[in-house]
Amino acid sequence: MASKAPRHEMPCQEAEVRAKNFNEVALGYSAETAIEEANRCIQCKNAKCIEGCPVGIAIPKFVKQIAEGNFSESAKILKETNTLPAICGRVCPQESQCESKCILGVKGEPVAIGRLERFAADYEMANGNSKYEKTASTGKRVAIIGAGPAGLSCAAELARAGHAVTVFEALHVPGGVLMYGIPEFRLPKSIVQQEINNLKEMGVEILVNQVVGKVTSVQELLENGYDAVFLGTGAGLPYFMNIPGENLNGVYSANEFLTRSNLMKAYDFPNNATPVKVGDQVAVLGGGNVAMDAARTAYRLGAKDVYIVYRRSMNELPARAEEVHHAEEEGIQFKILTNPIAINGDENGNVKSMTCLKYELGEPDASGRRRPVPIEGSEFELPVQTVVVSIGQGPNPLVTTTTPGLELNKWGNIVADEQTMATSIPGVYAGGDIVTGAATVILAMGAGKTAAASINEYLKTK
Amino acid sequence: MYRVVKRRELAEAIVLLEVEAPAVAKKAQPGEFVIVRQNDDSERIPLTIMDFNPEKGTITIVIQEVGYSSALITRMQEGDSFVDFVGPLGIATEIENYGTVLCVGGGVGIAPVHPIARALKEAGNKVISVLGARSKDLLILEEEMRAASDEVVIATDDGSYGIKGFVTHGIQSILDKDVKIDCIWAIGPAIMMKSVANFTKPLGIKTIVSMNTIMVDGTGMCGACRLEVDGQTKFACVDGPEFDGHKVDFDLAMKRSAFFRNEEAVAYDKIKCCQSGKEGK
Repeated sequence: MASKAPRHEMPCQEAEVRAKNFNEVALGYSAETAIEEANRCIQCKNAKCIEGCPVGIAIPKFVKQIAEGNFSESAKILKETNTLPAICGRVCPQESQCESKCILGVKGEPVAIGRLERFAADYEMANGNSKYEKTASTGKRVAIIGAGPAGLSCAAELARAGHAVTVFEALHVPGGVLMYGIPEFRLPKSIVQQEINNLKEMGVEILVNQVVGKVTSVQELLENGYDAVFLGTGAGLPYFMNIPGENLNGVYSANEFLTRSNLMKAYDFPNNATPVKVGDQVAVLGGGNVAMDAARTAYRLGAKDVYIVYRRSMNELPARAEEVHHAEEEGIQFKILTNPIAINGDENGNVKSMTCLKYELGEPDASGRRRPVPIEGSEFELPVQTVVVSIGQGPNPLVTTTTPGLELNKWGNIVADEQTMATSIPGVYAGGDIVTGAATVILAMGAGKTAAASINEYLKTK
Repeated sequence: MYRVVKRRELAEAIVLLEVEAPAVAKKAQPGEFVIVRQNDDSERIPLTIMDFNPEKGTITIVIQEVGYSSALITRMQEGDSFVDFVGPLGIATEIENYGTVLCVGGGVGIAPVHPIARALKEAGNKVISVLGARSKDLLILEEEMRAASDEVVIATDDGSYGIKGFVTHGIQSILDKDVKIDCIWAIGPAIMMKSVANFTKPLGIKTIVSMNTIMVDGTGMCGACRLEVDGQTKFACVDGPEFDGHKVDFDLAMKRSAFFRNEEAVAYDKIKCCQSGKEGK
């Protein structure tokens, strides 16, 4: 039976080569491999994989089309439910979503759904010519604040429903974390821009350089003819450790470091005017996907030794297994059960080392993970010239603090109904990281989609 | 796009540009800033707003050539456009009737002082402006500052105009006349703001400074602009750019500003070598 065949490996750039360039690491399936992999799918009647997908893609259906060689048809099915498949196929944590439910995974390896999604979307981008059809106008206008995954998916759904959609983006390009956060070697920016161009073809208007909260406000938008507003402003406020020396030269937030490198293309300095500087030894504090991205970026920028400094063990790393694996292959060193207590500088205010403590794991804490406990007398100094703080982000307060009547929780996230994404202000909806705190691209897209359905219902009553 | 509708050379390497940005002009307040990018390869740089005209839909900025990005911008001509012009950003100056206020501007820092002085005067304050420059020919916006002030004191490093010395000497000359000063705004190079703050601290005169830190996004998402105020980390772009000068750690701010000095020189050489190439022809 076809299902006993092993899952097809993703062809990748060789580790020693790719660690010195910003080109995409995973190269994508060939047509032959994609067909073979798609043929592993046993086309379950009651497909569990769909339940694992936050936007409910008709997975067996699109996979079947690949198996039969109908790649354009496959992409069409994907786009019925997912606006940005070329992006999701690359950055979704499939192992904990669709692929975790695949029946083949019980006794063997699950179907490589993400890789197949990517294949079909890339094929369509390179060869397809399917144009989006504009829906008849409803005469209703919706403002979307933030052009990240949540805002873009919400915009697409609303445009499909025939509403006039305007997206307000603070930065000079749309895409949010897809542009400034996730590096080129994991998600090529040209792919993101092509996906966004598709939205524009659908009639979505995207305005950049618009800082809502400054140049305009949610109230003003509602007063000036928008019938509803969706807030998808994300989690863009960097957290710091609050340890001595954190304002020394050479200490970056992961947001600054990645924004300089990705959005501003500082890796191509001075052809691009934004500089970024890394020393020979770089410490990245944290163990999530953002930390892996920062560490792998630092290596590509020319650092000799890059350390992931994480206070728990390898088992607790929150980053995707695939990212950790790639990072290890590229030579990133993991200093686990380690945490800095101070960053030390030289007379010019530049970082020269970190003072760290070694940890051991104690009893499980509220999160169910074993609590890291510092080992007495384990203090040591780690020579580094660059520190990237990657311990999470909070909600950016620019929009929330300038919108009176908007209910927030104690962390500053917007309170939104779990089913409808409605906020405390009628006609104003919210979704993605601004509601949940920092999560994944696909969860934000799912939230944008759910909010769009609610906005559709709401606009019928207006 | 964001078109330059007026260009004026104020002094050597200092240029005033009036830029079409209607949405920004509608909301701009004294003390706020914009982030601009000149072209698609440019970095994002912050510039404090010198003037705004909501009716005409324009923002006026003043920029001095100090490196690659400022060189690109000072070379812009009327009709040229910025690819990006974002704002207004930061927290506006708290304009109230304080009584007698000093508006201190050093070098190109006189430009951002201008809208603050004008608004303070409109709010009923007695405004005394102290303008500092290295020499007479580098003094900018004297006429505009006279129009926005009740009195103007000028200090030049070389004594070619006004008092010989620094802005602190200008402030001293006002104190010598037994004028009671209720509040001071000081904007200029960090070293100037530091010396003004050190000068006024023992006198107990409230001194507000506008911090010109390195910025990237200007909306609070990266912390490149962070500084320490009263021992607390603040982001200049969203918590400022104005802070209590007596609480700012200027030494830290100056060290942070110097972090990319080598890279800045590399980029600047790029434009300087093109220029000398042209002249050679």
